[in-house]
Amino acid sequence: MPIDAAAAHGGHEHGHHDHAQEQMDTKVFGFWLYLMTDCILFATAFAGVAVNGHSYAGGPTGRDIFELNGVALETACLLISSVTYGVAMLAAHRQNKSGVLLWLAITALFGLGFIGLEVKEFAHLVAIGDGPERSAFLSSFFLLVATHGCHVTAGLLWMSTLMFQLGVMKKPLNTTYMSRLTCLSLFWHFLDIVWIGVFTVVYLLGVTA
Amino acid sequence: MDHSFPGHGHGPTNAAGASHGSLRSYVIGFGLSVILTVAAFWVVMDHVLPPSSVIPTIFALAIVQIGVHLFFFLHLNFSSEQRWNVTAFAFAIIVVFIVILGSLWIIHNMTERMIPVQPMPSLQQQP
Repeated sequence: MPIDAAAAHGGHEHGHHDHAQEQMDTKVFGFWLYLMTDCILFATAFAGVAVNGHSYAGGPTGRDIFELNGVALETACLLISSVTYGVAMLAAHRQNKSGVLLWLAITALFGLGFIGLEVKEFAHLVAIGDGPERSAFLSSFFLLVATHGCHVTAGLLWMSTLMFQLGVMKKPLNTTYMSRLTCLSLFWHFLDIVWIGVFTVVYLLGVTA
Repeated sequence: MDHSFPGHGHGPTNAAGASHGSLRSYVIGFGLSVILTVAAFWVVMDHVLPPSSVIPTIFALAIVQIGVHLFFFLHLNFSSEQRWNVTAFAFAIIVVFIVILGSLWIIHNMTERMIPVQPMPSLQQQP
C-alpha cells in the first residue's frame, strides 16, 4: 500500500494538516446542508402522495398494483448497500484502498439491484396501462419513487467516478478523496432513510388504506 | 455522521482516525433495521393486528428505524462537534412536517368545502 499522503503530511507539517482537516469538515458540513434541502424536496413529493393517495380516478388502487415481495427485496438491497458502504468507509479510515474499492463495488452491485427492480416495476406498470398519467394517485407515486430512484442512480454514477479515480487513476486516499467518500456516504445513507419513508407511506400504507 | 476524522467524543486531535463508527455500530444498526423492517412488512402482509392499529404501528416502526439509521449509520448524536448538524437537521424536520401536514390540512379543508357536483365516474371516484 502506498503511504497515505495526508498522514505523511501530518507527520512534519501539522499546521497544514489541521487546515486541510478543517476544510474537509467544512465541505462535509456544506454537503449535509444540501441533504437537508433535499429533505424538503422529498417532503413535497411525500405531500403529493399524502394528498393524492386515494385519487384513483377509477383506476387501480395500491392494493391492486403493489407487489410487496419485490418491495421487500428492494428494501433489502438498499439496507445491505448502506452497511457495505459503511464497511468501505471503515477501510478508507484505515487507508486500505483495495478494501475501499472492493466494498464500493459490492455497494454498487446492491444499488444496481435496487434500480433494476425499480425499473422492472415501473416498466410493468406502464405496460399494463397504469403509468403516471392514469390517475393522480399514480402520478404522485411515480413522482416520489422516481425522484428517489434518480437520486440512487446519481449516487451510483458518483460511486463509479470515485472508484475510477481511486482504482484506475490511482488517486491517494488524502483529505480530498476522504471528503468525497464521506459526502457520498452521507448521500447513500440518506437515500436509505428516505426509502424507509417510501416503503412505509407508499407501499405498506398503500396496500392497507 | 461518520464524516469527521476526529470521530465522536475524542476531541479534535485524533486526526489519524481511530474512531468514526465501527463495524460494531454498522452490524447493530443492520440487525435492528432488519428486525424493524421485517416487523413492518409482517404486520401488513400477515394481518396480525386489528386494522385500526396497523397504520400507527407501521408509522412508529418507520420512525424508530429512521432513528436507528441516523444513530448507527450516520453517527448523528448530540455531542458538541455535531451541534450544527443536528440543528440543521431539526430545522429540516420542522419544514418537512409543515409541508406535509400543511398540504394535507389545506387539501382536506378544500374538499370539505367543495360544492358537491354531479359525479363524473371517468374522472374522479372517491373510495
